Amino acid sequence: MTMVTEKDINEQIAWAKINTDVLKSMENPRPAYWVTLAVCIAMVACAVLAEYIQYTVGMGTADLNNPHMWDMYIAAFVFWIGMSHSGTLLSAILHLIHADWRKPIYRFAEAMTTFSLLTAGIFPMIHLGRVWNLYWVLPYVSDRGIWPNFRSPLVWDAFAITTYLTASMLFLFVGMIPDLAICRDNTTGWRKKLYGILALGWIGSDRQWRHFRKIYLLMACFLIPLAVSVHSIVSADFAMSIMPGWHITSFPPYFVAGALYSGCAAIITLFVLLRYFFRFEDYMTLPIMEKTAKLTFAIAMVWTYLNLIEFASVWYGHDVYNKELLIAKATGAYAWIFWTMLFCGSVLPFALAFRKLRRHMPTMFVVSLFLNLGMFFERWMIVAPTLSMSHEPHQWDIMYGSIVEWAIVFGSFGWFGMLFLVFVKVFPSVSMYEVKEMVFHRKRSAGEEDLARMTDHAKPVTQTTGGGGA
Amino acid sequence: MSLDNILNHWSDYRKGSEDGGHHDYEHRWAMAINLDLCIGCNACSTACYAENNLAVVGKERFEKGQAMHWMRIERYWDQQELEHPEQGASFLPMMCQQCGAATCEPVCPVAATYHTPDGLNAQVYNRCIGSRYCSNNCPFRVRYFNFYSYYDSSWPEPMEQQLNPDISVRDKGVMEKCTFCMQRIRSVKDKAFMEDRPVQDGEVVPACAQSCPTSAIVFGDTMDDGSMVSKLWKKHQVERGVYQKTKLAKKDADLRGYRIFEELNVDPSVMYLERVREDI
Repeated sequence: MTMVTEKDINEQIAWAKINTDVLKSMENPRPAYWVTLAVCIAMVACAVLAEYIQYTVGMGTADLNNPHMWDMYIAAFVFWIGMSHSGTLLSAILHLIHADWRKPIYRFAEAMTTFSLLTAGIFPMIHLGRVWNLYWVLPYVSDRGIWPNFRSPLVWDAFAITTYLTASMLFLFVGMIPDLAICRDNTTGWRKKLYGILALGWIGSDRQWRHFRKIYLLMACFLIPLAVSVHSIVSADFAMSIMPGWHITSFPPYFVAGALYSGCAAIITLFVLLRYFFRFEDYMTLPIMEKTAKLTFAIAMVWTYLNLIEFASVWYGHDVYNKELLIAKATGAYAWIFWTMLFCGSVLPFALAFRKLRRHMPTMFVVSLFLNLGMFFERWMIVAPTLSMSHEPHQWDIMYGSIVEWAIVFGSFGWFGMLFLVFVKVFPSVSMYEVKEMVFHRKRSAGEEDLARMTDHAKPVTQTTGGGGA
Repeated sequence: MSLDNILNHWSDYRKGSEDGGHHDYEHRWAMAINLDLCIGCNACSTACYAENNLAVVGKERFEKGQAMHWMRIERYWDQQELEHPEQGASFLPMMCQQCGAATCEPVCPVAATYHTPDGLNAQVYNRCIGSRYCSNNCPFRVRYFNFYSYYDSSWPEPMEQQLNPDISVRDKGVMEKCTFCMQRIRSVKDKAFMEDRPVQDGEVVPACAQSCPTSAIVFGDTMDDGSMVSKLWKKHQVERGVYQKTKLAKKDADLRGYRIFEELNVDPSVMYLERVREDI
């Protein structure tokens, strides 16, 4: 029995072709790109209008009420924070364990991290009653000597998210420096100026590479505990309360697993889109999609397991409020959402277990969208039912939110899409220097045939001396 | 809450919430509500609206659950009578329980709600940024949020003339709740201070207790052993900070006192006296 291992990408690609292919993506995407961008901007416009109404008239326009002081905004906040985690998984964790297949796709995943954090950061502001006093959450120097309340998980949130956002933006930027130099050397006009500044004088010398490797590794190590802590702290928003359905010990790992899950599903979605928009068939290849899908499947099973742990601990814990709430979730007014969540989150991922489906782009696109639908419902099912059915029976209520609330949540997807699409057009969304590494390393370890071909002077391997160097 | 304060009192700070973080209470205001006397007339709620400048939100917003009644009468029916007839309801006046270990306090990001030396949960409207976490973490659901600006709609001219000048009118975006009529407590304490004497029992009467036609609500200071409320608490063996499990097991017909959600260990300041029903 022989196992045929499939190469992640075609190793015959010349370095110059990598440069031209990726640089081309920054020039002429397919028309579908512009259509998607326009749709995203229209969605943002909806949200801006809704937020204008909510800001001027009051939070009541979102139909929030006494039991439901939080609703979709917080669910969306957790969703977007969660989505940011897989970028770090791909760029930092897989970097440390030398999983080379991440190289062509980690750049856009890291961009996804940054932009979904920027989207998530908007929600705490939108949902505040008096957003103009937001800065009171930060420990700034005040004449009155007033500090924020360090016991509140919301304050930890503010610290955790700003730290994570800063770190992941820096990580994205640092990892892009060699590529920015390539862009600088191949563009003209305002772009040349922009990339020139951002490339920080990169010339690809040995000394620069040595420093670059060190700082990149260091930041990767720094980012991993940060990513885990951020979502644990977000889960503390719920777990630190005394509400049934929120005060659950397993929440931090449950949230982190859910975060990685929805992030991986989003990576698949964007993978398919970018591959089509920018004609990246040579880089975002089927074997890489397969590996991403397998990773997603594994995380889906972890998420399912943690779900079962939560249900079991509530069921056998015999805390009357918690148990009633769990029964109400499964049988009450929110039952259709609850079961859709479990179907999308635990049953649908089995589609990823089939090789044929993993290699079929339209299927993967649809499946990944449904996985994320399930994860959005999960966040909703964390926030809403607890408030609907907390301790005080007089205040029980069911709420689905107003059009204003839905418009803002809907628009947040447009906001994320807009930022992301602009980024991938302006910056190289495939890491050129790291794809070159893949080709380079494979050649060194290649068989004798390849070696003979490489040393054959009659057929010199085309190479570029363009800024990248490596 | 300066840095020095945090560093010097770190251990207090961490375990503080068990008894509200105060060891030097001046008063501990508390209530005893006799449910046997409550007739569900809503006079307390109405009086509260008048005393505390509560906004009238209108029928539609009330239906949406955006009402601002700091004092509400909850109606419950026995489980057998699922049809909710007009008669036969049990009434439960529900207002902020001024918990000793209040769950709303630690979660506020800006410390807008805190524990006073009077044993009350104070809400600082000017400090509130409207994150609404306090309300989410309140098992009694007695915190009310200003979802809209009600000044024009609730008090059209010349209605603003009837606003209580001792207390502010809250604008949209802040949380508010029952204060045990803080302004009345303040004025009585000031008066007692000027006359150089302790506050007498019965001197502070919140609007709800004042307007109750059956005197179901008794208000007072549990630190004052001679006060009516202390005597009632003692008589029904309800103690601060002590989970009343053993007493409930005793099933003594005379011991009717209980605090709501005792098992959550939030140490509420309101003791209810069970309704006596002959048919049970």
